[in-house]
Parts: sequence; C-alpha cells; structure tokens
Amino acid sequence: MAVKSGTEPAVASHIFDWDFVFGHANYWLFIVLMMTGLYIVVARGNLVKKIVGLNIFQVAVFMLYISIGKVTGGTAPIFPLDMKVDPTVVYSNPLPHVLILTAIVVGIATTSLGLALIVRIKEAFDTIEEDELLLIERKLTAADNREHGPAMGGRA
Amino acid sequence: MATAEVEHTARTLADHLPVLQILVPFVAAPLIVLFGNRALAWPLAFIASAIAFVISCLLLAQVIDGGFISYAIGGWAPPLGIEYRVDATNALLLFLISGISTVALPYAFTSIRSEVPKRNHTLFYACYMLCFTGLLGVVITGDAFNVFVFLEISSLSTYVLVAQGAGRDKRALTAAYDYLIMGTIGATFFVIGLGMLYMSTGTLNMADLADRIADQGGNRTIRAAFAFIVVGMGLKVALMPLHLWLPNAYTFAPSAVTVFLAATSTKAAVYVLLRFMFSVYQPPFVFEVNTLYFIFIPFALLAMFVASFVAVFQSDFKRMLAYSSIAQIGYMLLGIAMLNTSGLTATVVHMFNHGITKGVLFMGVGALVLRAGSSFYDSIAGLGRRMPLTGAAIVVGGLSLIGVPGTAGFVSKWMLVQAAFENGFWWIAILVVLSSLLAVAYVWRVFEVIYLKEPAADAPRGDPPLPMLIPMLILAGACLWFGIDTQLTIGAAHTAAESLLEGSFGMAPSAAAVTETLGH
Repeated sequence: MAVKSGTEPAVASHIFDWDFVFGHANYWLFIVLMMTGLYIVVARGNLVKKIVGLNIFQVAVFMLYISIGKVTGGTAPIFPLDMKVDPTVVYSNPLPHVLILTAIVVGIATTSLGLALIVRIKEAFDTIEEDELLLIERKLTAADNREHGPAMGGRA
Repeated sequence: MATAEVEHTARTLADHLPVLQILVPFVAAPLIVLFGNRALAWPLAFIASAIAFVISCLLLAQVIDGGFISYAIGGWAPPLGIEYRVDATNALLLFLISGISTVALPYAFTSIRSEVPKRNHTLFYACYMLCFTGLLGVVITGDAFNVFVFLEISSLSTYVLVAQGAGRDKRALTAAYDYLIMGTIGATFFVIGLGMLYMSTGTLNMADLADRIADQGGNRTIRAAFAFIVVGMGLKVALMPLHLWLPNAYTFAPSAVTVFLAATSTKAAVYVLLRFMFSVYQPPFVFEVNTLYFIFIPFALLAMFVASFVAVFQSDFKRMLAYSSIAQIGYMLLGIAMLNTSGLTATVVHMFNHGITKGVLFMGVGALVLRAGSSFYDSIAGLGRRMPLTGAAIVVGGLSLIGVPGTAGFVSKWMLVQAAFENGFWWIAILVVLSSLLAVAYVWRVFEVIYLKEPAADAPRGDPPLPMLIPMLILAGACLWFGIDTQLTIGAAHTAAESLLEGSFGMAPSAAAVTETLGH
C-alpha cells in the first residue's frame, strides 16, 4: 500500500470509508432498487403490481449499466465535427448506454406482453389477484381429479 | 483505419452462411405479418425453416472435425463488433433446433388448426419464427450481450406461444404469465452478470472475455458475475429448484408448441450455460475456485430423482412428460459436472438425443389429444390399439427415454455412466441406472394405458392425418437411427467436448495479436 500523506485522514481508523460509500451512491441505489423490485415481484399478489415490481427490478439494472459508463471527469462522448480529437479530453464510455437502449426496448416489450396477458387473465378468470387465481386453478385441478382420477387411483 | 488501402476480398454466399442462418427466419416473421394471409403464413414459415435447416447442415459439415468459423457482423472486427462463431458444439445445436423446427411445422399445420382459434394463425406462425430465430441466435452468437438480446426474442415469443393454449384450457394464460415473470427475472440476472463482467473486463466478446478473465484471475466482481449468470440461466434451463415454470407451461401450451419448446428451448439454455462455464470462464476457475462440483452434482441428482418420482404419479401424459423433461435436464447437468471429455460428450449428445426423443413423445401426445380431446390417461386408454402407428412412435420414444439399447437415449446414458466411472464415481453410475428405473415405471404406465387397457366402445379410430403422422415417424426413425449409427452425434459431440475442455479458442488470429499486446 502507498504511504499515507499527512493531509489525508487515516482510513483504517474509521469503520466506514465515507468517500467510498458516498462515491458509490448510485451502486447502493442500484442494490436497493433491485431488491425492492424483486421483493415486490415475490411478495405482491396483484398481477399488475408484480409487473411494476419487475419494471423496478429491470430499471435498477439500467442504472448499474449507466453507472459503469461514467468515467470520472469525462464529458459526453461526442467527437468534434472535423474529427480532430484532442487526446487530453476524457470522454465517458457510450457503450453501456447503447446496451441499455436495447435492454429498455426489451423491458417495454416484456411489460406490454405482461399487461396483455393480465387483460386476458382478467377476461378468463375474472380476477387478477394471485390467491384467487390459485383458488380457481385448484378447483379446476380438483375437477380434473374427479373426472379423470378414479381410473388412476384417485389422483390427477 | 480508413486511410490504409484494404485489398478487396470477394465474398461468396457460402461465407455469409452464419448470418443467413439467423436472417432467413428473422425476415420470414415480419413477412408473414405483412402479407397477413393465413394461407401464406405456413408455407413461408416452412420454407424459411427448411432453408435454415440446410444452412445448419452446411455449417455442421464445415466444423464437425474441429475448428471454428468466425463471422464479423457488418464487417466490424470481432472484439468491438458482434461476432458469430460456429464450432462443433453450436453447429450440432443449430442442426437440432432447425431440424426439429422443420419437422414440427408440418405437424403444427394440422395440430394448430384444431387447438388454436383461426384468427390467431397468421400471428402464431410469425411468433413461431421469432422464437426460432431467437433460439438460433442464442446458440450461434459469440457476443455475450447478443446472447441476452436473442434470449429475450425467443422468450417473449415463447410466452405468446404458450398463451395460445388458452382456447383449450384457460390455465395456459396463468402458465404463460408465471413463465414471463420467472423468465424475465432469469434474463435480468443474466444481464446483471454481464454488466459485472463488462465492469471488470471492458469487453463483451466471449473469446475476448475469456482471455481477459484468464489474465486477471478471479476477482470478486468476476466471481459474482459467474453466480448471477449461472442462477439466471438456471431459471431458463429449469435446473431443479428453479423449474417451477416448466410443468404448467408445457402442459397447457398447444401440442405443437410443446413439441418445439421441449425439444429446443431448454437445450439452448443448457448450451449458454456450457458456453459460459467452459469458453468464457475456464474450467479450472469454475471447478476449483468455485467448487461447482458440490453444487451441480446434488442438484442434478435431485432433479433426476424428485422429478422422475413426481412423473410416476401423474395421470396426465403431457404433464408426466414435462416432469420427465426436468429429470432429463438433470442428466445433462450431471454430464457437465463430470468435467471430463466423456461427461461433456454425454451432455452434448443428450441435448440432441433428448431433443428428438421428447419431440416424438410430445407429437404422440398431440396426436392422442387430436383424437381423444385430452391427454389424461383415462381418455387415452387403449388408443394404442386404435392408432397403431402413433402407438408405435410413442413406444419408440418411450424406450429411448428409458435408455434401452438400440435407441438414442441409450447412447447418451451409456456415455454418462462411462464418464462417471472414468472419474471413479461408481455411485453416480448406480444412481443413473436407478433413476432410469423410475423412467421405466412412468413410461410403462403409459404403455399399459395405451395398449393393455380396453378402449372405450366409442373410442376414436385411426391414426392422425399424414401431416402429423409423417413428422412423428421421422423423429421416431431418428430415435432408432441415432441409437445405432452414432457417428454424427457422438462425433460432433466429442469434438465439441474436447474443444470445450480446452477452454476458449481465444480471439480470431488477426484480433489475437491485439489481445496479446494488451495481455501477458
């Protein structure tokens, strides 16, 4: 390790390296958002809320990618028209943004397909609450059991 | 770059085969929608699929003895541009996917007419083509982010295809919704993993990733990325504790869709797992640093036994086969975990053999459903006698599922047992045999139901129409053919296994020089 200069406080004496913690605020937010989204998907019974949770989960990943693209002190990656690039200018990395454009499109497709399915589920089952759906499905399975079960030892 | 005089090299159509493999079905999908004509939809889909099949045969012939084809999309050189890379592993998978699709389409023509409302037919074939494109793309691409894009193309269209079963049973809708939620979580985990890889290596080309990971060794970001990728793909593969979407999706999807999905989609996901474990992360990293030995073997064994056991107690033929699929995924993962040439050969061969075996069985189910209206054991009782050829195809498929000598299933299980003995894991060999006994139990129940039970007096008579019967017989024939003549499958799988175990090929020659200066 490098010898610490006098002006810099000794990091080891603190429990947290606050510069590190605040310097990575967007990564912490990514983790919080990601876990919030995943939690909503798992814990909520309403199908639309699940889709919202899924969206938050995906948007968190967009944030991760965009954070990766940031170069400290970097400017927008737009080259001058004459293409005479000044080698001293630092540019941010545009690639993660491009990747995320694709991921956003995928996210929209997923959301719209999910919502379309919910509309069809509402038409067919007359509910979009997961516990009620499970109840209906259990009844359907029980009906299958009654109809087809006896020949096979009572289970379907 | 632009200033240097570049000698123009003429390219023939043959040089563009890797991209045509994807483009032909990809262009067919919007064409089907644009024509919007029900009569044109099926022929277009079939022609595109047949062309893709021919291309995959040509590609397989080029790489079956080793080596690889590197194709730069749009002429952008690989580490920066997107690369398509065909070697023995993915050429065999391309051959399987396009072959199954070409055989399944004539089957779908009749089957879909009886199971899906007429107004959806045109869009059904468009979705089918998109799903087909996505699966081919996942397998052929050499760019990690491109895998995600194709994965989502295939997954999104798969959810739509599964939901088409709603005409027969409305539970298809909830099955599709559950699959959408779990599939998206899986894909997002995969993307998080890719993000972490990009964070620590700055590249997305698989070969380039492999070189840079080898240089860096394992830091925590790279290891976390590995965990995210394995869990994400595990969801798509239906690795035992992550399999919950599979039984309902397979049971309630239209028969033709189940045929296509069961034979191809989980296999493509297993391929991605293989590719990342062996070509991107090197074997020593995967197995010594992360001791995947102790994670994959238990889960694979769990899948083999628990899923087979559940399958024994089903009374719906289609659902039974869905559980059996989960068990068969266990064999593939077990082959990976053996980490020797025979084990990987077993995995690759089993991907192929299980694809055709499940193809013929689900086709049999579809034929029974067409005649009897459902696939519950009591409604198909005795139908093997009334539908002799369908019954025969189901018997061949069933025997192959068990792994009886002379069928395709035997070849891959034999390789797996051999791999276990090579490692000295004799107990695993015994467990493979024991779980095959469970397969005997559930397959025998089907044989008993369709042959030994008296058919009902009003039971339907006669085999399904020819468009359904011929694909079924072709696949049944393939089950027998690849059980006896193993030159193509074992040959390609062996080449694949050896190249996977060697790790990455590295970048293509021109780019390798650049990487070399950056590396060591």
